[in-house]
Amino acid sequence: MTKQSAATEALTAPHTLSYTYKRSLGAVMSGFFTALRDRRLLGVKRRDGKVLFPAREYDPDTSEAIDELVEVGPMGVVRSWAWVAKPRRQQPLARPFAYALVQLDGADTPFLHVVDAGSEAKMATGMCVRARWADETKGAIDDFVFEPA
Amino acid sequence: MSPSEAEKTNQPVTVLACPISLDYAYSAGQSASRFLRAIAEGKLLGQRCPVDGRVYFPSRGACPMHGVTFGDDAVELSDKGTIVTFSIVRVPSQNIALPLPYITVNVLLDGADTILIHVLDAKLEDVHMGMRVQAVWKPKEEWTTSTANILYFRPIDEPDAKYESYKEHI
Repeated sequence: MTKQSAATEALTAPHTLSYTYKRSLGAVMSGFFTALRDRRLLGVKRRDGKVLFPAREYDPDTSEAIDELVEVGPMGVVRSWAWVAKPRRQQPLARPFAYALVQLDGADTPFLHVVDAGSEAKMATGMCVRARWADETKGAIDDFVFEPA
Repeated sequence: MSPSEAEKTNQPVTVLACPISLDYAYSAGQSASRFLRAIAEGKLLGQRCPVDGRVYFPSRGACPMHGVTFGDDAVELSDKGTIVTFSIVRVPSQNIALPLPYITVNVLLDGADTILIHVLDAKLEDVHMGMRVQAVWKPKEEWTTSTANILYFRPIDEPDAKYESYKEHI
């Protein structure tokens, strides 16, 4: 559909460019996403004992392959946050929410995810949150959000 | 909480769908806008390069060979043309809802020096290089500022064009 505001002006039209990517997960990330489907949160243990969440296949410091998945959460602590007052169409929730760095119990790294707090006034650095699972999980990162604990 | 459909399968998750979608407000620019307004009236506009006289279709703002602007002069072209090359498509692709197999053609419109890619409604065994064709348009009341006003091309009862007339476009 094109539109014009005057005969000499350039026509404009909405144009959506889409890529229907599918990612093959591999053994480690398959374990991580299968656990999400089963409502469990898995981090990965580095050789020095530190636990990274979300899991990944390589140690970002030493580059060595890592594959020891360990359960973390479902509780965590908000390390920092930003309030999204007017969510955009492709953001995870249609109502206002927080993006927060959440350090899950048992993990040594913070994880950027959604906190469905209802209002900005309920958000605070240091607050406790817990994972809340979707009614239908599918093996994706949006199978859960955090909510104030 | 009851297990989800995915949980009930109990198979490992091995693939993650991660679609990316980018929303643009596309501006056609002056030259293509003129082309689109003309096609809304059933006219096909090209533009002539002031350096070598070649006619580009659809009309565009500047010559890709010489880098000069085309200005405002437009050349109206026939909706008849000659098949330069063709391909028979036997695999489906997203966004093209035609039943398989179908024929895509490179058409050199009469008066143009660039080719147009479209589909041809003909028997597979009949299509050939040099075949004369004409555009089949939507009903006039459905015309908009869109190239979709042309539905497809069809063969017409004219002798084949001579090879020399289109060989540089193969």
